[in-house]
Amino acid sequence: MNAVYDVIIVGGGATGAGVARDCALRGIKVLLLERSDISTGATGRNHGLLHSGARYAVTDHESAVECIKENRILRKIAAHCVEETDGLFISLPEDGLEYQTVFVEACRKAGIRADVIDPQEAKRLEPAANPSLIGAVRVPDGAVDPFRLTASNILDAKAHGAEVRTYMEVTELIREQDRIVGVKAYDYHARTEETFYAQVVVNAGGIWGHGIAAKAGITVNMLPAKGALLIFGHRVNNLVLNRCRKPADADILVPGDTISLIGTTSSKVPFEEVDNMIVTPAEVDLLLREGEKLSPILAQTRILRAYAGVRPLVASDDDPSGRTVSRGIVLLDHAQRDGMQGFITITGGKLMTYRLMAEWTTDLICKKIGVKEVCRTAEIPLPGSAESKEEVEKKIRNRPITQRRSSISRHGAMAVEIDSENSLKNSLVCECEEVSVGEVEYAMEHLGVNNLIDLRRRTRVGMGTCQGELCACRAAGLMGKKDPVCARKAKADLASFLNERWKGMAPIAWGDTLRESEYTTWVYQGVCGLSDETTKIAVK
Amino acid sequence: MNIQQNTVSENNFEQCIKCTICTVYCPVAAVNPDYPGPKQAGPDGERLRLKQPGFFDSALKYCLNCKRCEVACPSNVRIGDIIQSARIKYGPRKNTSLRNFVLANTDLVGSLATPFAPVVNSVVALKPVRFMMDKVMAIDHRRVFPKYAHGTFTSWYNKHAAAAQAAFPKQVSYFHGCYVNYNNPQLGKDLIRIMNALGYGVRLLDREKCCGVALISNGLYNQARRQAKINLKSIREAVTDRDLDVITTSSTCTFTLRDEYPHLLELQNDDVRDRIELATRYLYRLIRSGQGNLKFKEGAPLRVAYHTPCHMEKMGWANYSIELLRMIPGVELVVLDSQCCGIAGTYGFKKENYRTSQAVGESLFRQIEESGADVVATDCETCKWQIEMSTSKPCEHPLTILASRLA
Repeated sequence: MNAVYDVIIVGGGATGAGVARDCALRGIKVLLLERSDISTGATGRNHGLLHSGARYAVTDHESAVECIKENRILRKIAAHCVEETDGLFISLPEDGLEYQTVFVEACRKAGIRADVIDPQEAKRLEPAANPSLIGAVRVPDGAVDPFRLTASNILDAKAHGAEVRTYMEVTELIREQDRIVGVKAYDYHARTEETFYAQVVVNAGGIWGHGIAAKAGITVNMLPAKGALLIFGHRVNNLVLNRCRKPADADILVPGDTISLIGTTSSKVPFEEVDNMIVTPAEVDLLLREGEKLSPILAQTRILRAYAGVRPLVASDDDPSGRTVSRGIVLLDHAQRDGMQGFITITGGKLMTYRLMAEWTTDLICKKIGVKEVCRTAEIPLPGSAESKEEVEKKIRNRPITQRRSSISRHGAMAVEIDSENSLKNSLVCECEEVSVGEVEYAMEHLGVNNLIDLRRRTRVGMGTCQGELCACRAAGLMGKKDPVCARKAKADLASFLNERWKGMAPIAWGDTLRESEYTTWVYQGVCGLSDETTKIAVK
Repeated sequence: MNIQQNTVSENNFEQCIKCTICTVYCPVAAVNPDYPGPKQAGPDGERLRLKQPGFFDSALKYCLNCKRCEVACPSNVRIGDIIQSARIKYGPRKNTSLRNFVLANTDLVGSLATPFAPVVNSVVALKPVRFMMDKVMAIDHRRVFPKYAHGTFTSWYNKHAAAAQAAFPKQVSYFHGCYVNYNNPQLGKDLIRIMNALGYGVRLLDREKCCGVALISNGLYNQARRQAKINLKSIREAVTDRDLDVITTSSTCTFTLRDEYPHLLELQNDDVRDRIELATRYLYRLIRSGQGNLKFKEGAPLRVAYHTPCHMEKMGWANYSIELLRMIPGVELVVLDSQCCGIAGTYGFKKENYRTSQAVGESLFRQIEESGADVVATDCETCKWQIEMSTSKPCEHPLTILASRLA
């Protein structure tokens, strides 16, 4: 089966999903291939910070301007993925106040609202902030949920004719003379290889884009930079907290959905390690030590898990040594750069600018294939974001309030489609995050869920304090009902879900988190007999 | 990592490991599907409320505040406190209906009713009146009201007892509570008789207000805090200035003064908490330590079934009352399973809770009927009302039974 498309996108992160949506809205026949699930790379492994751009204002004016523009756009088009919390840049005695002046000036130059507020007022606004702060600036930071954002882009892309196939790993770029004409991809479910042809192939593989480009014999000089973060068990702060100083390690605390997270560290890692990031004790120490300065209560707050992502930093083309690193958007037209037709790489940038990256990429695609349509992704709301939460809530008054509001915050207007017909559909699968049977069934039906880990990214099943203790088996039961699988496969899925949860807990396994994980092990291994697969030793 | 390892979070709810034992022990969750149960209403819900106060679920009002969840919890999570605190912090600000006001203000209503007790008691018992109260105030018409006494305990005490009590060399302070004052002065008199037999005089606090438990459960927090401050002041005068222990005859008053004040009303009482005692425990310890002895008369055999009130279970003190009853010659004691009777103070009076209330108590009622007991004993006045209304047995305070057998 050799299908023909206008465009093939390799990579299902926010950028790839954004390109797929933009293409589909412009009537381009597009196929997106992702080797795992959507938003598994850096997209799902960052702060989830809706940057105002303030963080970059002093060091990178261009990024700051991009951020604030996209910030305003995302509030409009992705309302259900965004929490408009605002943020504070606090100055501690050790930071002094000199930077504040420079900072505020730079923000204003970039068009970012930056209000200097009284330290007392700052403490009132955010009781979790370090009470020894000597200055604070309020900026329009916020939180953005990368899983929702990506899933929503995928949904809209599909609704406009795009094809999206996950668990398809591109093994080869098909080359005819100086042109890439298609790809070969391995289907992990069917265990077969398929070939697809297109006029343009877009490499949106994030850090893995390095390897994808290499398949065409092209070098994109990438530098994998690991960033580790800690998730706290509940909301510690309601405003994003930043240190008002030159950006450094562990100086952002973001409230995201039910939790707060502190990050990040920054360290170079070799390419061989990017598939299996493990957070080290030294990183945990650093995050806690610095985090405590932002918000002293962190020293006593239960940590749920630790995780790390890899930033796809790109060395500037005119500096082969790789020393000059850009955090800006890098769009490479390989026809111009390397004489390779039909191949584009989009990388660099950040979650905040995914839409702009997609716009630039799609503009280039349009130029190459002669499409005249213009970009509309800055105006058309994503599925779920067209109506206000209040309007949506009016339609689903019959559901219990906690469930109702949780599902709206996850799915926006699409929450209406969740079956809540009877008490069975309303009964909870995940109690920490209030995910109902109806919501799990909706996700399985409409959001491209292949296994329990995918389900977590779509619904937050297993993301709460119990980390899968109560919900994993319930969700596994529902998965089996939809698509009967053999016991062995279901068991393997359950084990891989629990092991993935444990991987995040292992670096911070002490106190109540350790107690809870031991209890989970006892339930699944001791009581339910899920033995071999759940052995913690595997990752310990 | 040293920062974290030796600290326990101030957020007590973080210690929950979701074992769900609390929900298994919750008397309400078992009978009312509208109540999400203590785990969800408590630690789980708290996480959501911290995210956004709009996640407050009005179903939290179904919590009886029996604290059986806390007794069951192996992780020391103060689940009941989390739920009640959430009602205070996030619940509706003005939920003081006329009914809640009347039910909550035991002090005010009691002092209005006692002068006209014979009239009030017979009027409140009339079917048309109960029907009207049901329709107008949503107080369930099937609920039997406790009878008011004609004249309060304090007026009797001041007139007939104060002088004599002051003559005893050893003294104890008594927090009588609303029930003794307005409904059952005899219990206060029984206590005085027992204490006197042990050589103790009983004195009242300089100023006593209702402990506030009904105010808390009906959303009148500011008033509860005001009254609590008055009580703590009086208790401090007794404990600190006069070096007297303060005893009570109501398990719920005791629990409120000792634990709900600091946990829900945020009023510290560490300096006096250990000196606030339940009368049965105080007596048992006096007798056991050889500091006093009671002489009983020979009486006819009496089969007594002891019911453990929820707050007694929470304090872990039921055994003091049980052992005290066992000291009485002729008493054959049956200890009923510790389970909630369902009334939970003013909860069971409310029309919307009546069905839940009776369903919660059902297995207790059955056990009482099958116990073959002559009388049920319990340390809680509202349990007494519920048991007398819902079973064929009379229900008395252990000290009333004990006093009746004193030589």
